[in-house]
Amino acid sequence: MGKATVIPFGPQHPVLPEPLHLDLVVEDERVIEAIPQIGFIHRGLEKLVETRDIHQFIYVAERICGICSFGHSLGYAETVESLMGVEVPKRAQFIRVILHELSRIHSHLLWMGLAADAFGFESLFMHCWRLRERVLDIFEATTGGRVILSAVCIGGVNRDIDDIMMKAIIDKLDSIESDYKEIVDTFLEDSSVKSRLVGVGYLSRRQAEELCMVGPFGRASGAAYDCRMLGSGAYGDLEGFEPIVATEGDCYARCKVRALEVNQSIAIIKELAGKMPHDGIGEKSKLTPPAGSQASCVLEQPRGECYYYARGNGSKNLDRMRMRTPTSQNLAGMVKALEGCDLADVPMVILTIDPCISCSER
Amino acid sequence: MGNFKLGKMTLRSLFGKPETILYPEQTRFQPKGLKGQVVNDIDACILCSICAKRCPTDAITVDKKDGSWSIDRFKCVQCGTCVRDCPKTSLRMDSNYPAPAAEKSVDTLKKPSARPSDASDA
Repeated sequence: MGKATVIPFGPQHPVLPEPLHLDLVVEDERVIEAIPQIGFIHRGLEKLVETRDIHQFIYVAERICGICSFGHSLGYAETVESLMGVEVPKRAQFIRVILHELSRIHSHLLWMGLAADAFGFESLFMHCWRLRERVLDIFEATTGGRVILSAVCIGGVNRDIDDIMMKAIIDKLDSIESDYKEIVDTFLEDSSVKSRLVGVGYLSRRQAEELCMVGPFGRASGAAYDCRMLGSGAYGDLEGFEPIVATEGDCYARCKVRALEVNQSIAIIKELAGKMPHDGIGEKSKLTPPAGSQASCVLEQPRGECYYYARGNGSKNLDRMRMRTPTSQNLAGMVKALEGCDLADVPMVILTIDPCISCSER
Repeated sequence: MGNFKLGKMTLRSLFGKPETILYPEQTRFQPKGLKGQVVNDIDACILCSICAKRCPTDAITVDKKDGSWSIDRFKCVQCGTCVRDCPKTSLRMDSNYPAPAAEKSVDTLKKPSARPSDASDA
């Protein structure tokens, strides 16, 4: 047994675009403990509710993170709507869910590309991002923006998706699906991918449940929890929803859960597109949140459950806005998964929880 | 299990049309409604300042005395709030992005009817 050494990892590291620092305590080539540290990009966005009114804050909320941008604006809008008791028309709810599922597809494809890049499969990375580009094209055509969509308003959505556009979206998704099948085959069957992922960074179901792991990270360990099961918004209009669960608990299982979730999202979009009601897209609410009112809401972001809390004070501004993001939840499990892994596998394990540091620091 | 699972797709893309374009010789297709930049038809504008009040980044300033409407394109985030809330629909979203610039500047539009003598009277 060698002497324990501390190796710093990050905050600048090629595998992560975001600053996460870890002190890795290693013995020989094995990690025995990982001590995380965050706080490099805190921007104080929650404090901004005091100076920006409830409608303006949507644009702040969607800038919390570039990948979950739509999810944050949706979660914020749903919370403020329940604070004021605003009813959102069904069509607006459908459009919100369709855009949210499209952002899940783009987020997972982005992650798959990054994962492929991390294990050294450059061409797979390029193909994943090529497909992601088509989803961004859909965003551009429907909302006018590629990453920051500004599509949600409190009380509805800003722009309608008409039937012609919906058909174009479905056609585009069909074209993605056929290419995507080959990519999933590579991720799940290729021997070079498997040798990097199978059995690496194991987290048992018990550990995942005790540490309250959320999102694909928890589901890959067998914790069958997905906020979409609660059926809020247009998710309640689906025929049925079963979360995708794997039991292996390693990096391969996390990859598998995300890969299959893209197919699930495509199916959800197709189902909702066929049932689209015609009761208007709603308009900007003119109400203000009553003093002392409180509301909370959970939303399944691409990375897992995100919790929102808001408190009104009778003015146009909120008294308090709070978000608990999936990554801050999952960091505890990541530290557990890192214990006992090889030093060379550390980037892979960190990447498979899909950390979003700018979300967790805000 | 197997090797070269991506081989077929990689070979196909060798002979297919490239996904990228040769910018700036070629430009991308711009869908209708692309959020490029906010433009104001100053003749229709009544300088009501609603756009300036609603702007989340305080990019727009309206000076009624001077009869001018100005926008800081470096602050604007193209959210479209001003365009949606404009009572006279003088504001619209143009699909062309603002040109890159090395220095920050503010675009100012002046109302043609606002003569200097009017401004001093007010």
